[in-house]
Amino acid sequence: MTDDRVFKALAHPTRRFLLDRLFERDGRTLTELESALELSRFGVMQHLRVLEEAGLVVTRRSGREKLHFLNPVPIRLIHDRWIDKYTERQVSALVDLKRELEEEA
Amino acid sequence: MTTTETTTTQVYRVYIKARPEAIWDAITKPEWTKRYGYTGLVDYDLRPGGHYKVRPTPEFRAGAEAQGNQLPEVIIEGEVLEVHSPRKLVTTFHMLMDPQTAAEPATRITHEIKDTGNGVCSLTLTHELEGAPVLAAIISGAYEDEGAGGGHAWVLSDLKSLLETGKPLAA
Repeated sequence: MTDDRVFKALAHPTRRFLLDRLFERDGRTLTELESALELSRFGVMQHLRVLEEAGLVVTRRSGREKLHFLNPVPIRLIHDRWIDKYTERQVSALVDLKRELEEEA
Repeated sequence: MTTTETTTTQVYRVYIKARPEAIWDAITKPEWTKRYGYTGLVDYDLRPGGHYKVRPTPEFRAGAEAQGNQLPEVIIEGEVLEVHSPRKLVTTFHMLMDPQTAAEPATRITHEIKDTGNGVCSLTLTHELEGAPVLAAIISGAYEDEGAGGGHAWVLSDLKSLLETGKPLAA
């Protein structure tokens, strides 16, 4: 159930872009996040809400500002429960192979 | 100003199917903390101004020594600032097991536990890391491939597993 929300939230390029911005620098306001996108304020708010409902973004008040923080725990849970359990070794071997081949190319 | 705070604070939240008291105990009692994450044995004097210390288990110490690291008796030291059992705990946090983090100033951790209904609680860990970039990198899991553990996200994932299934992830 929670996993579904996380996968759904990650299944949109704008939301992944927002997470990447927070990964670069955490604790940003809506105004800051909005300035990096060609979307209406309302559109950005909608995407942030989906991320918040999935637990990928946590907000905190600081004075009059609402700050957005990247919460990596839901992704960690998916990593620990799925990737670690079944496929980590194979996946990392494939990632290494991809890197090697792409470096040669 | 928020500028400093925004670049140095990290926030982690996990939802756990457990009572607030069970989560509180899992954070504040050594018989619990030795079972997940970094397995340190916590020692809290749960009142404002009281001490907070973490000592390594014999296994953790032996592991570090095998890698050539001599650990001090106390690997994390801090002071208890606020206690509202079983909802909120604020402490300072100073990691002493690494010379680089030992040279950084003490940081501050807030644990908040909230009922979200259906027997599920949220646990939010806020770590204010002003002036402590090395510790910030370690607890964000940046050195996981070098054997430094996965930081707070890994610890909280393991804590959730322990409380919900009775077993940590590694077991």
